[in-house]
Amino acid sequence: MNFNATLIGQMITFGLLVLFTMKYVWPPIMQAMQDRQKRIADGLASAERGMREQELAKAKAAQMLKEAKQQAAEIVAQAHKRANEVIEQSKLDARAEGDRQLAVAKAEIEQEANRAREQLRHQVVSLAVAGAGKILRREVDEAANAALLDDLVAQL
Amino acid sequence: MSETGHSMTGYIVHHLTNLRFDLTKMHFLHGEETGGFGVIHLDTLLFSAGLGVLFLWLFMKAAKTATSGVPGPLQNFCEIMVEFVDTQVKDSFHGRNPVIAPLALTIFVWVFLWNAMDLLPVDLLPSIAGLFGIHYLRSVPSTDLNSTFGMSISVLLLVYYYSIKVKGPLHFTMEVLTHPFGKWLMPFNLLLRIVEDLAKPISLGLRLFGNLYAGELIFILIALLPWWLQFTLGWPWAVFHILIITLQAFIFMVLTIVYLSMAHEDH
Repeated sequence: MNFNATLIGQMITFGLLVLFTMKYVWPPIMQAMQDRQKRIADGLASAERGMREQELAKAKAAQMLKEAKQQAAEIVAQAHKRANEVIEQSKLDARAEGDRQLAVAKAEIEQEANRAREQLRHQVVSLAVAGAGKILRREVDEAANAALLDDLVAQL
Repeated sequence: MSETGHSMTGYIVHHLTNLRFDLTKMHFLHGEETGGFGVIHLDTLLFSAGLGVLFLWLFMKAAKTATSGVPGPLQNFCEIMVEFVDTQVKDSFHGRNPVIAPLALTIFVWVFLWNAMDLLPVDLLPSIAGLFGIHYLRSVPSTDLNSTFGMSISVLLLVYYYSIKVKGPLHFTMEVLTHPFGKWLMPFNLLLRIVEDLAKPISLGLRLFGNLYAGELIFILIALLPWWLQFTLGWPWAVFHILIITLQAFIFMVLTIVYLSMAHEDH
């Protein structure tokens, strides 16, 4: 139990250990810890920022939604109005068109009737003339026939 | 009975004898032989160096792969140690010194590992060494005064180095000569300073040595009990010793930090 050269040896070992710890152990571990601390702090800060941004975005979205709803309501109302107008307009147009077509048809019918009447008149005249011819061939009684013919023409 | 008593004494003495090698005569010392300052304790040197390498290996492995992301178990452990030591240093030392914190970490872990060797069964390593023809072996470096004083004297040298470096040689001399009783009691101040500075390494070294030496002695005494009785004392003592070994490493580290921070401050 006495002091000897072991003392010197232990001091040298101690010195070497401290040197190595100073150079290769302490700085990297400390660095890693500080980096992690920084990363965690950054992460927390950005989370905070994100939350604030999210709240802001939420408010903005709600505002936009409200505006959109309002606009949609306006558009629907306008569309209703426009539809009513269109329907009214079409009704008017349809009525006008119907009237026009009715008039055209009436005119055509009139025309047709006139033409038929004319045709009929001609046929009756020629029939009468033919009838008269036949009667004349059988008995010529000018006096009696004249009265008859006049009467016939007047009737036509 | 006297025969038994003698063998008991022999057992204890044998367990307290280092593996000594005389550098001046280049041979191992046996039994009662004594040598001068040229003797080295091979067991102390090898065990403490081995434990130092273990410490460096573990921590350098962690440091090499240290990441600021998710740390692994080893990195976690090392970070806990580093942070613990760093907190202690920051608590008592307010200057800027890149040496103190790594120094404190080295002291804490190394002394802890020294002391932890005490928890191995007292006969385990000497018996294994005996198989290889080594007849003396003490596996706990902190039960060797050379270890504890080697460390405490290194700490004292660092205290002086920083005292002179921080305060300047002139200021330092003035402080030694005029503190605490003023310049008219210069010799008395100097004497007081010498006692104070001698007390530092002696108290540091002897406290660690005494605690561990006593602990080891008690383990050796317990080992002399009958085998069926050993655990009744051995187990509680070992559990208690876990506290002692940690506490002694912690005390050595904290006192080192305190001494070094005192070296940085003006009185």
